[in-house]
Amino acid sequence: MTRKDLGFRLGTGAFAFALVLVVCAIGVELVRQSMASIRAFGFGFWWTAVWDPVAARFGALPFIWGTLYSSILALLIATPIAVGIAVFTSELCPAALRQPLVFMTELLAAIPSIVYGLWGIFVLVPVVRTVESSVPATLRALPLFSGPPLGIGMLSAALILAVMVIPFTSSVAREVLRSVPGAQREAAYALGATRFEAIRAALFYARSGLVGAVILGFGRALGETMAVTMVIGNSTRLSLSLFAPQYTMAAVIANEFTEATADLYVAALMEIGLVLFIITLIVNSLSRLLIWSMTRNASLPVEAPDAVEAA
Amino acid sequence: MTVASRWSGSRSIGRKMVSWLFVAFCACSLALALVPLGFVLYFVLSQGLRALDAAFFLHMPAPVGEAGGGMANAIVGTLIVSGLASLVAVPIGVASGIYTSEYGGSRFASIARFAADTLNGVPSIVIGVFAYGIAVLPFKHFSAAAGGFALGIMMIPIIARTTEELLLLVPSSMREGALALGASRARAVFTVVLPAALPGIVTGIVLALARIAGETAPLLFTSFNNRFFTTDVRQPISTLTVQVFTYAISPYEDWHRQAWAGALVLVTIVFICSLLARFATRRLERMHARG
Repeated sequence: MTRKDLGFRLGTGAFAFALVLVVCAIGVELVRQSMASIRAFGFGFWWTAVWDPVAARFGALPFIWGTLYSSILALLIATPIAVGIAVFTSELCPAALRQPLVFMTELLAAIPSIVYGLWGIFVLVPVVRTVESSVPATLRALPLFSGPPLGIGMLSAALILAVMVIPFTSSVAREVLRSVPGAQREAAYALGATRFEAIRAALFYARSGLVGAVILGFGRALGETMAVTMVIGNSTRLSLSLFAPQYTMAAVIANEFTEATADLYVAALMEIGLVLFIITLIVNSLSRLLIWSMTRNASLPVEAPDAVEAA
Repeated sequence: MTVASRWSGSRSIGRKMVSWLFVAFCACSLALALVPLGFVLYFVLSQGLRALDAAFFLHMPAPVGEAGGGMANAIVGTLIVSGLASLVAVPIGVASGIYTSEYGGSRFASIARFAADTLNGVPSIVIGVFAYGIAVLPFKHFSAAAGGFALGIMMIPIIARTTEELLLLVPSSMREGALALGASRARAVFTVVLPAALPGIVTGIVLALARIAGETAPLLFTSFNNRFFTTDVRQPISTLTVQVFTYAISPYEDWHRQAWAGALVLVTIVFICSLLARFATRRLERMHARG
């Protein structure tokens, strides 16, 4: 290696190092800024359900609950649909239709979150309200459907999250399915399998990658901010009800950060940000590991999914 | 009675039914996902077009209760903040993309790649909180520069990964040809590989811009909002997304109309960028396929 080459390597490497540094800096800065809250509340912060800025008492349980509840609900709705789309676009549809269909599902990821939120407030929420008020009284006695039918609340948030997660999960799932060797399906067909049975074999072969795709969607749902903030109702009361207004970690930061005047208040919000950072870090690493373990031997390299770029 | 004929009885019809139902389910799930897409686009178009006029682009926001007004300051603000973001992200993104593609096998390249993927997955609101700590707190006030910093951080991983992928698409014979002629690594990259991949890299930047132009969460407490027209990067500045958010959650009918118009402008920007990028990538891939 000549000296010039070494210079080039170090020069570009410095920028790559800056990239690594940014990620570390996010973690360090969040810890530094949330120290006051970590010292004041300790681990109790995570299972205290009181959020009272006036009395300077902070507990993050309502937000953790709301974030997990809405993301898991969204996942339950989105996963079958996303896998269905992935199977349809990679295995079933005519080749001529594939590109346009893939492009259309990826448009879902390109629409800004704020536009989903605007649409949610003025279009989705009224529809959800109508649906909620038509739920029969006997069902309304259940905790899952209790409370007044406001429209704004957990159900709307989960629905809008599901729509936003679908393109991510389906595009990774499609890539994963494409990396299943053709011999898998051919063998199944040769044994007289129906289309479903052959695809089921491919899905089984790709299971770890598919789980990775679902977890990737989960990571997206956890951090989604604007659309959820606008339709979830922002109430710190813990509730099991789909109809009840609730709150998420991202939403409380978006709503209250500029209003937070006390140092402890800001630190508490920073700590919520820190935990959101750590959770998404773990979830995303896990999903990448699963997808990588699935596709590392495949002939087709799995690139960053188009949806992620188009977003 | 042969084995084959026993198998082709009612059981086979059942299996075919299941198979057919599965195909129907997959087709339905695609249709189900396209329904919200259609509805969102329909409402943004129909509501947006009703409110969109020349004044929207040229006028300042009108006070509550006064009809008309526009988002001239927010449109300029979005351009300024996106421009600042590019200043932060393009050098870091492109250079680290070059590093990871040229020295792809090294351990540090995998670390950089992992960092880019991690950064890509960090929720935008967390980036906003981070930028608040770095670029707002020390200066004690919100500023356009802080907003640009936050969005720039979001752009870096997208640019880095697309640059890397597209540099790898450039046929290795070109690079090897340059090296065989005695060019240094830097010379080969800058005079042969980079020019060949340039359209692709520009594409990556456009894609990253498309993504950050629609971001709201990181701007809420970095560039904040401003009722007035400003081009001063040290001042808080209005952006389209934050303005749409403010208007959407307000109780005023007039502001709701403006929010829809803002949404239409945003969606148009994002779609045009995505389409351009897609078109350019397709061309590059075709070039690569031809060798």
